[in-house]
Amino acid sequence: MLTLTSPVETALHRLRAGPKLAVLAGFTFALFWISAPLWLGFALVAVGGLYLRGGVQFFRHGVAMLRPLWPFVAVVGLWHLWTEDLAAGGVIVLRMLAAVAAANLVTMTTRLSDMIAVLERLARPLAPVLPPRRLALAIALVIRFIPVLTERMAHLAQAWRARSGRRPGWRLIAPAALAALDDAEQVANALRARGGAG
Amino acid sequence: MERSLTHIALFAALIAVLGLVPRVDLATGVPITAQSLGIMLCGTVLGAKRGALAVLLFLLLVALGLPLLSGGRGGLGVFVGPSAGFLVGFPVAAFVAGWVMQRTTLPPFWAAACGAVIGGIGVLYIFGISGMALVLDKSLSEAALLGLAFLPGDLIKAVLAGLLTLAIARARPGALLSRRDAPAA
Repeated sequence: MLTLTSPVETALHRLRAGPKLAVLAGFTFALFWISAPLWLGFALVAVGGLYLRGGVQFFRHGVAMLRPLWPFVAVVGLWHLWTEDLAAGGVIVLRMLAAVAAANLVTMTTRLSDMIAVLERLARPLAPVLPPRRLALAIALVIRFIPVLTERMAHLAQAWRARSGRRPGWRLIAPAALAALDDAEQVANALRARGGAG
Repeated sequence: MERSLTHIALFAALIAVLGLVPRVDLATGVPITAQSLGIMLCGTVLGAKRGALAVLLFLLLVALGLPLLSGGRGGLGVFVGPSAGFLVGFPVAAFVAGWVMQRTTLPPFWAAACGAVIGGIGVLYIFGISGMALVLDKSLSEAALLGLAFLPGDLIKAVLAGLLTLAIARARPGALLSRRDAPAA
């Protein structure tokens, strides 16, 4: 399955995941304490510079990942135009863009396997309540069953269109949920037959 | 044990798949995605604890970098963006919806629809609106105005959650884990 990791290899891909996440946490924490527009602008430019080091294509991809934020930028912009306090609006928008862009940068330059390795290390203290093997199995099951359920939904939609000219919409969700319930029973039996989930 | 695990995992996958379904635009132009419907169903079908765990597992995969949120969003960025509050509220919403389903003796449709309204709208909006107020630096009432845009769609989804839970209860009475007297662990 596709992940959000960028196929464009950058220098950041070669850094270890743990330190990258720690730096990100520190950066985000600091952003919410800074309220000087100049420093926030500097932070955003710095993050943008890191994106640009990966090349123009990588930079464009990063900008595209920020697309869901534009409606909020527009709302904040209009709001502060109306209250005539543009500086405050600028602080909010700069902080939001810098925080989300930095977090996306870590996601785009860290492989899923490295992320899971960090998760395993972080989850180690939870081992008495949540055995690492069980967590790994749950993650693997979700990743495996997303394409299975997607295909099931597509089949249900085809069957619907064979019978009706109208669009299927929400009516497919009940059979899809039933399919998930049935699969869950069968996978549980299969796991038990093979020695349990550990 | 295995049954709980597979139900949690399969419903986490179901939430993801419902986010991939193309969004339906209502007549009023308010976009609705089936994803939050999936959150509500996790609670009403699996019950409070397992429903909340399924949502947590889904969010964990989003944080690891899979583009599973509706519109292909994902990664760490969504957890610091303006809608992060809604993400934090998702597992709590599923828990409350499941709790209402388990603790009332109402027929499945009403129990699920009430659970979806209280959990999936009431509780979720408290988290979501607080999150927007924090990130966008607005007062709670100003942020609530922004949240109102989603209310018509979410009310429809609560009714759908009721209808879907009823359909599941009729098709597989034994599968509705939230209504088992002694849930087999």
